Amino acid sequence: MSEAILAPALVIGQLFLALAMAAAAFRILRGPRAQDRVLAMDALYVNAMLLLLVFGIGSGTTLYFEIAMVIGLLGFVATVALAKFLMRGEVIE
Amino acid sequence: MTLKDLPTWAAILTAVLILLGSGLTLLGSFGLLKLKSFFERVHAPTLGSTLGMASILLASIIYFSVGQTRPVVHEILIGLFVTVTTPVTMLLLVQATLYRERLEGRDPLGEVDHPIGLLSQGGELPRHD
Repeated sequence: MSEAILAPALVIGQLFLALAMAAAAFRILRGPRAQDRVLAMDALYVNAMLLLLVFGIGSGTTLYFEIAMVIGLLGFVATVALAKFLMRGEVIE
Repeated sequence: MTLKDLPTWAAILTAVLILLGSGLTLLGSFGLLKLKSFFERVHAPTLGSTLGMASILLASIIYFSVGQTRPVVHEILIGLFVTVTTPVTMLLLVQATLYRERLEGRDPLGEVDHPIGLLSQGGELPRHD
């Protein structure tokens, strides 16, 4: 019973998140300016993190949780470094 | 642990939370495509990184806590981290964008009817560049 409820919800959730990632990827390709691409990359990694969490619920292991956490950490550092680069022209002064 | 072992109420709750979270995230990323200017677009993806993330993490907490019969609260770590870092990245990004726009001779704040502008009766904004 519970599998019949949860399995379609997991598939639909993963589909939604994949579509969200596609939208963010389209904005990365389209631009038009560097800040739009950085913003879309930020959205892309948050969506990827959520997709991995939903995938982890589906598989029943906590392994995917660790990957999601690493993606969250690295994405934050990447976005801050790129914002700093847009502001100053260099990351480490 | 498999999906079959889960009680029905937990399955329904998890399914609803996953659908809510992924739907909100999709809406936010769709706004990234739909909205016209950068300063409008910067609001859209935060829909996914606040309520979308919170509901998916809550679904994960409920699923693993009920399935393993002990509270699993690792997800709070991710929630805390993303909640703290999202405003920081957005502030830095908007600051950089504003700096770049002003460097090219445009002032995006000058075109908007914002509260500071109304308070100062249309006076010149203090510039920090």
